[in-house]
Amino acid sequence: MTEILLKNVIKAYGTVEVIHGIDLAVNSGEFVVFVGPSGCGKSTLLRIIAGLEKITSGEVVINGEVVNHIPASERGLAMVFQSYALYPHMTVYKNMAFGLENSKMPKDEIDRRVNEAARLLQIEPYLARRPKALSGGQRQRVAIGRAIVRDPKAFLFDEPLSNLDAELRVTMRKELAALHAKLGGTMIYVTHDQVEAMTLADKIVVLSGGNVAQAGRPLDLYNRPQNTFVAGFIGSPRMNLMEAKAVANGSGYHLNAGPQTVEVPSVPGLSDQSNVTFGARPEHIEIVDEASADVNATVELSEQLGGETYLYCNVDGLPQLTVHQLGQLPVERGETIHLRFDRAQMHLFGADGNVIANGISE
Amino acid sequence: MALAQTTASDRSVTAFLTRKREGGQWHWTDVFTYIYLFLGVLLMFGPVVWLVLSSFKTPAGLLEFPPTLLPLGQIEVQVEGYDDPLPLFNVTMEDGSVRELAQIRRIGIMSQMVDPADPGERISVPIAAREPIREMRVAVENYVDPLERFNFLRYLQNSVVVTLVSTLITLLINSMAAYGLAIYEFKGRNAIMLFVIGTLMIPVTIILVPAYLVVTQLGMVNTLWAVILPGAATPTGVFLLRQYMLTIPKDLIEAARMDKASEWAIYWRIVLPLSLPAIAVLAIFSVMWRWNDFLWPLVVLTRNEVYTLQIGLNAFQGELDVQWHYVLAMTVVTLIPVTLVFAFLQRFITTGIASSGMK
Repeated sequence: MTEILLKNVIKAYGTVEVIHGIDLAVNSGEFVVFVGPSGCGKSTLLRIIAGLEKITSGEVVINGEVVNHIPASERGLAMVFQSYALYPHMTVYKNMAFGLENSKMPKDEIDRRVNEAARLLQIEPYLARRPKALSGGQRQRVAIGRAIVRDPKAFLFDEPLSNLDAELRVTMRKELAALHAKLGGTMIYVTHDQVEAMTLADKIVVLSGGNVAQAGRPLDLYNRPQNTFVAGFIGSPRMNLMEAKAVANGSGYHLNAGPQTVEVPSVPGLSDQSNVTFGARPEHIEIVDEASADVNATVELSEQLGGETYLYCNVDGLPQLTVHQLGQLPVERGETIHLRFDRAQMHLFGADGNVIANGISE
Repeated sequence: MALAQTTASDRSVTAFLTRKREGGQWHWTDVFTYIYLFLGVLLMFGPVVWLVLSSFKTPAGLLEFPPTLLPLGQIEVQVEGYDDPLPLFNVTMEDGSVRELAQIRRIGIMSQMVDPADPGERISVPIAAREPIREMRVAVENYVDPLERFNFLRYLQNSVVVTLVSTLITLLINSMAAYGLAIYEFKGRNAIMLFVIGTLMIPVTIILVPAYLVVTQLGMVNTLWAVILPGAATPTGVFLLRQYMLTIPKDLIEAARMDKASEWAIYWRIVLPLSLPAIAVLAIFSVMWRWNDFLWPLVVLTRNEVYTLQIGLNAFQGELDVQWHYVLAMTVVTLIPVTLVFAFLQRFITTGIASSGMK
């Protein structure tokens, strides 16, 4: 069982700092997903843990040992690369045995482990093949097999599913989750796909521009985003984020966005005349009658998926709103509907982007 | 690829050699292409074919004018009282009869002849009245004599040893240098590479004397090591291999690092096998360079038993007399190994990177 700690890790290329002091704890047996848009530093952070990148300052601690100066080969971690990085001149068997041969393991033990991993991943029929004779999904399994035969302290995955087609990605995702349940090892997984992050992770670390935007359990991130970045990044389709000005009005506030006004009760941290951003997820916008509506909207596009319906609505003075409704909805393009933001699920962020309230009680 | 694409109708040789553009009609570009290709073949293969054919000619056949394509030579006979063999002619005598006579010498338009059967009598005939007697004879002795009498097998052995050993050393140390310059990132990497390539601009002739002094100091003169070692590190080889190794995906190296591979294991088990096409190219070059090397061996090898083939060939070239028949025959012998090496390794030249297993 392995614990990984990052203490104020900073990475700079020359004068350009790309990781700005990250503190992070990966607990033993945890499946941690680094997620973020391209260029946010998630892969760099993974490579720092792997030992493939040197850090500029800070500490990387694995099981209580500072490993800053321990090379990748001696950290005892295994990594699955985005490109799979299978050795093209070796058979699948050799690919998986290579790491074990390097640690001078006896032949029959290597044989036993490779066959066991092959059985686990259902790649036994391909052991004698070269990687080029395998499909993308099979290569992916071999790459994972190469990691698990080593029985490493922790598994590192660098966007392992991004080269697969959509269907296979879903299958492999499930298999990875099952694998984690079976092996129980510490896993760190990098992806830009927040669905992968939500489905796989015990803990999600959302990275933005070389900083941790928020780290926590998937649903915590979903329910209680700490800033607009996480609010916009987690959840698909995105949360509707609207900029407004808070104006005190009696016991509560008016959020004025252009000609629209949304009334909210008094919220600690919200002050008069401040710029705020309020957010509502598509499923937290209700279609109501005109009297109780916050805004009136024109349906721009309606996506009927059978089991659920997405409406893309134009509201004067606001960005386009996405509304999610269960079931089938007889709404047509150009129709006017009346929308109300569910206050209990409404998020309020200050001008600096940090949260003021997740859910406003009425 | 082109071969794989030929259809069944293209299988016969004639059909293959008269293939045309689409439509099967002769187009001027077809004609032009064939003329161009024919000239190219003539230019490339003509001299080689000429060399091989000539290597089977007798000394007299070589001197014949106009030259003949096939090993056709005038018959020479040994006549009593004359040291050298004399060329044989059919001579039409004044009375119209034809006799076989050997020519002693030519004086102006007259020729002094002798009857081999009756060496005492000399006969003068006009040169117009004689006709050389020629025969088609393959002069195998051009090959046999040098190999048996002149120690050429020893030269051949020396050449093989020099070529093999130095090619192995070249491949090993060049690939190691290339590995360092391609896989590691460090300050001054490009400067070092430039420096290595820069040495290409210094011709061998300039460093001949200093290199000779070093070799002498090391006591290697007249040993094969004197030929093998100084040329083992080639800037061309380092450059070639390094550029190729740069194309090996970095992920593979990092995957190997994660797989606990030592630097040596990464070099020997990952990078070298993946660089095989480039290594084959360098091997071919190295074999050709070493096999054909002349100037440096000439300087450091002065004793007959350490001669390489090229130096041995030079020995046939006296100050006054060149034994062309031997030179030509042994040139053919020296060409054979290089041709074989090229024939067997050339498929590597065209092989691209072995499918990298990357997407």
